[in-house]
Amino acid sequence: MEITTDVIMLLIFVFIIAAYLGVELISKVPSQLHTPLMSGTNAISGITIVGAIAACAINASGNHVFGIILGTVAIFFATVNVIGGYFVTDRMLAMFKKKEAPKK
Amino acid sequence: MSDYICIVLYMISCVLFIMGIKKLGKADTARKGNLYSSVGMLIAVVSVLISQDVIDGGWLSYLLIVLAIAGGSVVGFIWAKKVEMTGMPQLVALFNGFGGLSSMLVAVSQYTAGVTEDWFTALTLGLTILIGAVAFTGSLIAWGKLAGLKMFKKNISIPGKNFINAGILVIAAVGILFLCISPDGGLGLAGVIITTVASLILGVTLVITIGGGDMPVIISFLNALSGLAAAFAGFPIGNTVLIVSGCLVGASGVILTLIMCKAMNKTFASLLFKTTKKKASSATGEHKEPKSMSVEDAFLILEAAKSVVFIPGYGMAVAQAQHAVKELCDVLEENGCEVNFAIHPVAGRMPGHMNVLLAEANVPYEQLKTADEMNPQMPNTDIAIVIGANDVVNPAAINDESSPLYGMPIVNAYEARTVFVLKRGQGTGFSGIENPLFTMDNTVMIYGDAKQTVSQLVVEFEN
Repeated sequence: MEITTDVIMLLIFVFIIAAYLGVELISKVPSQLHTPLMSGTNAISGITIVGAIAACAINASGNHVFGIILGTVAIFFATVNVIGGYFVTDRMLAMFKKKEAPKK
Repeated sequence: MSDYICIVLYMISCVLFIMGIKKLGKADTARKGNLYSSVGMLIAVVSVLISQDVIDGGWLSYLLIVLAIAGGSVVGFIWAKKVEMTGMPQLVALFNGFGGLSSMLVAVSQYTAGVTEDWFTALTLGLTILIGAVAFTGSLIAWGKLAGLKMFKKNISIPGKNFINAGILVIAAVGILFLCISPDGGLGLAGVIITTVASLILGVTLVITIGGGDMPVIISFLNALSGLAAAFAGFPIGNTVLIVSGCLVGASGVILTLIMCKAMNKTFASLLFKTTKKKASSATGEHKEPKSMSVEDAFLILEAAKSVVFIPGYGMAVAQAQHAVKELCDVLEENGCEVNFAIHPVAGRMPGHMNVLLAEANVPYEQLKTADEMNPQMPNTDIAIVIGANDVVNPAAINDESSPLYGMPIVNAYEARTVFVLKRGQGTGFSGIENPLFTMDNTVMIYGDAKQTVSQLVVEFEN
């Protein structure tokens, strides 16, 4: 996408709305869910994987070897963040659910 | 054509993230929420894979992308499955650092790909490097502190740290300025290098002086930073899904940070900028020795109790006493006693730390009460059992204006008829502040490893 002034304004618009939405969504979370919330949103911050994939490919079409390497490393770490984050959050939340189940 | 499909898919994944976060905020739907957001992530990844940019990248980039994703998935999956629940704070910190690192690398590789043509993309790219790098090295330091690595055992103080941090930040800003002035020239390259190096150092100097007890605040803050870094990484390539989801995470992290600060009665600025002064204990009044008691005697009192409140702290996590506590909780209930848990928002090393540990031990979450819920009932409580908590039950926060803790909301353990304090030995909490609770007339200390003490109490009950 070519970044024109119009696009910039639109992106800033999206940014502000998303920030406000985030504040609204989180402000009333009970304290017992703070850890899963944090680790769940932490997994979402691994969304940078999308940027990493795009950056890796753009570098590949321009034959920038250094950029390709950086992009690949970025994908790897973002994936660890995403996959690890979601599974750890799920593990925690699974514990919150069961009340009478015998522990393993 | 494929870019239009992409935008539609991005929209779907944004909606899934929003629904996911909303559901994460309620205990009954939280697990579903996490699933929703992971589906959103999957859709986002699939859509970038079919975008024109990636198709233009050719087969080699596809191969590398698939390999990197496969490798990262295996590592992340194994790590998430193998970690002990007590190791959770440091794992979250580490994953968070990886997110920051990734955003930083994305920004640098966007630079090498030459997406920077104007000052705006250059600015956002520079900010991504700055924030991502601070989140990365800051989280690494937090991880080291939480994992109890030897080199981080001591509280490190840097003389004049505010000047040093400000200086490094200025250098990073100058780097970003260079990049903005010359987005695709030699000066810009120097700017990228300067910003990267300075920001990596800044993450270290910022977090290394922060003590273990302040970790819940700093972890939420770093979480906010890594989200923000992802959001800024979306600007140079005009990627909306990055901006929206990164920003959601950033906002939620900021809110969590403020909640934690409020629970500690500190402002965020004071936490980052003030050097912690160890105040000599104000020697007003006679110095009383705390009373201690054997486990057998403690059992006799416990057996007669009709209501018991557990107040856990970081010491419970260290001693891994949560399962023993649950057993004690069970035998007490069989004995006709009402058992509750009063959990302070900053007990432990991350937000909600105690809740996770007790949930692991199968304590139903209805029994886990907040300090606000339990405090009115404290005067009617027979026994408050403080396990490895210190500053969060320090009455000086209420009645001693000269105390550094003054004004911090606490669990009013001192109001209970009897207070048991399970503690490894004599000594003060992370803040080094004397705790008058320990020498009060209704307080009894039970020294020793918390897990052993609790297990012995269970054994006494079973005999």
